[in-house]
Amino acid sequence: MRYYCRPTLMEVFSAAMGVPALHLQNLGKTYSNGLIALRGIDLTVQPGDFFGLLGPNGAGKSTAIGIISSLVTRTAGRAEIFGHDIEKQPWEAKRRLGVVPQEVNFNGFETVEQIVLNQAGYYGIPRRRARQNCERYLRELDLWDRRKLVSRTLSGGMKRRLMIARALVHEPRLLILDEPTAGVDIELRRSMWRFLEALNRTGDVTVILTTHYLEEAESLCRNIAIINKGRIVENTSTTALLNRLNTHSFILDVDPLANAAPATVDGFVLRQVGPQQLEADVQRDQSITQLVQALAGAGIYVRSLKNKANRLEEMFIDLLQQDASAGNGQEA
Amino acid sequence: MYWQESLIALATLSRKETTRYLRIWVQTLFPPAITMALYFVIFGNLIGPRIGPMDGYSYMDFIVPGIIMMAVITNSYANVVSSFFSAKFQRHIEELMVSPAPNAVILLGYVSGGVGRGLLVGLIVTLVSLIFTQIQIHNIWITVSVVLLTSILFSLGGFINGIFARKFDDVAIVPTFILTPLTYLGGVFYSVSLLPDTWRIVSMFNPVLYMVNAFRYGILGSSDIDIRVAYSLILLSILILGATALFLLRRGTGLRA
Repeated sequence: MRYYCRPTLMEVFSAAMGVPALHLQNLGKTYSNGLIALRGIDLTVQPGDFFGLLGPNGAGKSTAIGIISSLVTRTAGRAEIFGHDIEKQPWEAKRRLGVVPQEVNFNGFETVEQIVLNQAGYYGIPRRRARQNCERYLRELDLWDRRKLVSRTLSGGMKRRLMIARALVHEPRLLILDEPTAGVDIELRRSMWRFLEALNRTGDVTVILTTHYLEEAESLCRNIAIINKGRIVENTSTTALLNRLNTHSFILDVDPLANAAPATVDGFVLRQVGPQQLEADVQRDQSITQLVQALAGAGIYVRSLKNKANRLEEMFIDLLQQDASAGNGQEA
Repeated sequence: MYWQESLIALATLSRKETTRYLRIWVQTLFPPAITMALYFVIFGNLIGPRIGPMDGYSYMDFIVPGIIMMAVITNSYANVVSSFFSAKFQRHIEELMVSPAPNAVILLGYVSGGVGRGLLVGLIVTLVSLIFTQIQIHNIWITVSVVLLTSILFSLGGFINGIFARKFDDVAIVPTFILTPLTYLGGVFYSVSLLPDTWRIVSMFNPVLYMVNAFRYGILGSSDIDIRVAYSLILLSILILGATALFLLRRGTGLRA
């Protein structure tokens, strides 16, 4: 039996030797119509990481995932999964990889159970073990009661969960999810977050996530790479990325103002956006406590406050603007 | 991929393909039985007696092997091309592409589905033919080997068609404009010895003629062509189409961006 929930001894040894879960070297893709989707990206994801790959539409995220999962042919560079080249050692590389694509890609005429069992079979997993894994993941993803349903009758959220179960049935060491929560309601999204966090917390499964929901990346990912127009424009830890934010804007709900709000209070820049609403900028060396105290001193009482935008979103937009102004604005 | 895992992957794909055509038996198994029964009624029972014996056999006996072979050819081809194209169209072919299943396993899996349906339909048509005539098999080994090899050959043809197909029209073009004429002109309903010299020579370029006649030889012991030539042609064609299909899979033609 070559399938294990736990890493093999060789994989433990490889991890100790610093073999990354994913290593992309100078990975490039130019489509036959001349469109350059990837301009030689380098990326390393360490085992056990929860990694976010972010970028605007058309940035090259899905192309990169397509190459890693053998759905797109690379035109330059190399891609390795746990030290195994995906083209030279496809068996070793692919059996360690699970992919949850952006769009539904299962047979709508098969049942939930058939889809998961067949996928296990394609990975060479014996039927009995495939059934055990199928039950385990369908139960964990709340699909066990619906296992006999024809897949096309499932709701959107169930289809997403089915694709996750299918990607996990062969117990991969690297799980790549391409916008798994797109179009999913908030309750289900949170439950998927919890599932993925628990999966990653075991240390056995490295997770790479692409998402448009930046609060999702901020909440889940320890490290983040931002890709724009086929280039990696940032690759660092989520904490380091957020620490770079110099200014943080808040929306404040305040008691009714007798007069117009001042433009600044004790060094805090204020903007009045409504009769009972202010916007305030807090610099990196300032605190919210100081802001609230300063406003109170000016006779403005804060009832509640919230982020003007997701912190990572601010950083993301900032980085893309920097990239564009640095002359990388040509169309991919 | 290791042998054991490859065999499991192949068994999985074969099971899936078999389940598919059995699940939709009203579309896959029932129509050929009806169509071929009509052939037996119209050509064998109604027109056949007026035509008289052919190559020393009653017309009904003469057309039975050809009609069985026609059903095997069309169903083997249709099964693979429609299943593979549907997998591409619905994108669930990606399930196989992301897996470590080797290209040979993917090809064999789909071909096994085509062969399974082709042989099953062949068996159904044979049973239907027993209503109209008695079949005495001249050589069981030739009969079985020719029908099996022909089914493999046309399953491979369907697979290659499926690889290149981009829309549903592409799936229908080859069966309608190439396969059907070749089959009808492949000596199913007549002996090529009846044709004028020119058309007999032209007929020799029709590969279906060799398969129909080899199969007819297996059942009746009578053939217009040399059985060894027929075997050589079928085996060579299988090798060429098999190699082509594997080459296209390796290149990712019609599958990978």
